[in-house]
This record gives sequence, structure tokens and C-alpha cells, in this order.
Amino acid sequence: MYKPIVVIDYGMGNIGSVVNIFKKMGRGSLPITVSSNPKDIALASKLVLPGVGHFGRAMENLMKFDLKSVLFSKVVTESTPILGICLGMQLFSQGSEEGGSEGLGFFSGRTIYFQKTAAELSLPHMGWNWVFPQKEDAAIVNLPLPSRFYFVHSYHVKCDNASDILFMSKYGYDFPAAISKQNILGVQFHPEKSHKFGMKLIQNFIENY
Amino acid sequence: MYRNRLIPCLLLRKSGLVITHKFQSASYVGDPINAVKIFNEKGADELAILDIDASRERREPNYELFAKCAVEAFMPLSYGGGLISVQAVRRIFNLGAEKVIIGAAALDNPSLVSELSEEFGKQSIVVSVNINRSWFGGYYVYHPGKRKNTRLNPIHWAQEVQRLGAGEILLNAVFLDGTMKGFDLTLLKTIAANTSVPIIACGSAGKLEDFTNAAHINRIQGLAAGAFFVYQGPHRAVLINYPDEITINSIFPEDINGI
Repeated sequence: MYKPIVVIDYGMGNIGSVVNIFKKMGRGSLPITVSSNPKDIALASKLVLPGVGHFGRAMENLMKFDLKSVLFSKVVTESTPILGICLGMQLFSQGSEEGGSEGLGFFSGRTIYFQKTAAELSLPHMGWNWVFPQKEDAAIVNLPLPSRFYFVHSYHVKCDNASDILFMSKYGYDFPAAISKQNILGVQFHPEKSHKFGMKLIQNFIENY
Repeated sequence: MYRNRLIPCLLLRKSGLVITHKFQSASYVGDPINAVKIFNEKGADELAILDIDASRERREPNYELFAKCAVEAFMPLSYGGGLISVQAVRRIFNLGAEKVIIGAAALDNPSLVSELSEEFGKQSIVVSVNINRSWFGGYYVYHPGKRKNTRLNPIHWAQEVQRLGAGEILLNAVFLDGTMKGFDLTLLKTIAANTSVPIIACGSAGKLEDFTNAAHINRIQGLAAGAFFVYQGPHRAVLINYPDEITINSIFPEDINGI
């Protein structure tokens, strides 16, 4: 019996399509569970932290479900692979301008509001956009090129260490669209809504991480 | 780089997929779940699913059917039809929609748009603005549920839905629906020039150049069509199709918004 991949449901948006793409790429043989229970998370083989909405409220919810310490011990102590999607990735940072609260601090950097430069730049940045790999990574092996993904966000992360940046993308200016650091993978876009590109990335996370 | 989105618009009647003509007659063209699967394989940018009878029949969405479509859609999905409350919209989001499309309900109860926009964020709220032409050629806002002239001015109504909190406007030309004659560029330019939210131009595309022409208008970010993606050839044979990535990149201007 394989230990399950746990998709963390902490009340921050719809996670149905995230669960669906994991089921599809796991080809039915991989146990995928949805939980907000620290006991389930402690037993996970891999973790997925999705999420859309307000950074501050998301941290409050993680606290409310008593998930902060179990996430820290799994990800930092046990090096369990974790994928953060959209707000989930932003929570990996040290904090955000949105709500001013502290993040999980899995990588060095902060989450900031889009600094508008082009007069016509409308927010949120919503739609498909191309991404540009900054390094080699198990997550992006055999990804169709050029790769594009679906984004919906008004905030993005700013990394202190360039070596943490996996993808850059451009909306008004260049910003980190994905980060990776050992067992930690964070994507600003929605792989579950980026058909062949997202499927390949999820498959890589399942098989290579 | 940021390019326009090409969006198949799937119309539901009962549990079938239909193509309409000027919002009136509807031809059955297949099974919607199968269509979602095909568009998924072809890598469609986004899908819009609209239940064309829900508002008129004063009923809620067919949640079961939408759920079956959503499970197959690994691309952004929007849903419209019969959404008259925050609860109904929340249920649709929980089933896997990225955006909802509010049409008749925005006309009947404009404050719903504000409520939804505050509750879910305006990026997920699309308001469909349906424009028809009178016998004398003037444009007016059409009520899709009541099937009549609202006597509202199209520019004023588009500005009003934007003020209410619409994140995007789905601009439908009722008089061109299903004709495959191409977009009414004058109408698109007029609405785009008087609003500031992204616009999805919908209906009436018959060939690739139609999308290109509309995409060159500033802020026409989405190009939606029904018949174009379903019919093939002069005899309108039903064959679901979607241009490949290379073709799409060749028909759209690069870097819209100059970004």
C-alpha cells in the first residue's frame, strides 16, 4: 500500500480540478486524498497546497486547522515533496503585502503586489502566458516547449536567491512564475487548468519529485 | 508575451450540445461531455458553457451535467445560465468553474453583479452583454431570458456592468449569432472604446481572419465562437475542431496591450 498524496483542503477555494488532474496523472493506481487533518498530512508521501484568495486569511486558516507545524516538520525536517499552487506558492514565501502576515518561509523572499509599469496593465493578470525556464529541474523534464500556463493573480513572489527561480514569466515586467528548492516546488500558475503543459508538470511532480 | 484567448462556447439545451441561430432556433450537434474531452485534447485556451434555457425556464443550472463537464476540463472553464444567487454561483465554483457568466440576472437584479464581485473577486465574474439591432439598424441591449428589447443603450449598459464590478464583458451580437459572417467590428470598437475591462467578443466567427480582425481592437482579449468550432465545410458537417498552436499564434497579434 502506497502512502497517499494529500491535497490540503484548508478552505481557500475550489480544489476539485487539482484533485482531478492528480487522479488523471496518477492513472487510478495512486492514492490521492483530500484532507485538512494534521494526522493525514503527517502520513503523506507528497503534499499539494492549492489555494486562491487572501494571503492573510489563508495563513489564518492554516493556523485554524493546526497545519503550520505539521507542514514545517514534513517539508523542512522530513523533506517530503510539496507542490504549492498559486496562493499556495505565495504562502511558501516569508510574508506578503496582502494582509501583512508572515508566510511559511520555505524559501527566502516575499510576496508583493504587481508593480504596474505599462499604463494598460490590468489586474489580475489573468490568462495564458509563456514561461521561461531558468534552470534544470525534475519538474520540467520533457515539458512541451515553448511552455505556457494559465495564470490568475494580482500578487507575485520576489525571490532573494535567483537559484530558487524555476520559471520567469512576463506581465508588464519579468516576475518569478515558479520556484523550486530541493523538495519544494511552487507554481504561480494553475497546472490543473493548463492541459498538456500542466499534465506533464504534475506527472513529473508525481514521478520525479 | 501575452496573446488573445480563443474560446469555444458550448451551448446546452436539455443535456445536449446545440448551435443556435440568432438566439432562436437550435440544432443539436452532440454530447457536451464528449465535446469537452475533445477540446481538452486539442488544447483549447478556455471553454465557456452556457445553458440557454435555464433563465427562461426560471430554473437553476444543471449541476450534475456541469460537474461531469468540469471533471474533463483541464483548462479554464466558465459557466453561465440560471445563476441568480450567490449560493448558485458558489456551487458552480465548487464544481470547478474558474468564472461565471451572468446575463439575464444582471438585467433583472444588477446588484447581484456587485455582490458576486465582492464575494468572489471581479476576475471571476463575467457579465454577458447581448446586443441586437432594431428594424431601423440601431443597437439595443437584448434580454436573453425574456427575449425582448430592454431599451437600454449598449454603451451605457456596458459601462454600468463594469461599474457594478464585472471583471470581463462577454459581448454577444445576437443578430449575428450562428451566422458565421464575422464579428461586427464597429460594435466591438464602440464598446471597447467606452469601457476599460477586458472584452470577449462572441458569436458569428466563420473563418480565422474574423478572429484576427477582432483581436486587433484594443482590449478584445477573448474571441469566442460556437459554430466555428463545430461545423466544417460549406454544408456545415458536424466535426469538432480547434486550430493548433502554430495556427493560433499566426492569427493573433503578439504581445497584446504592448506588454
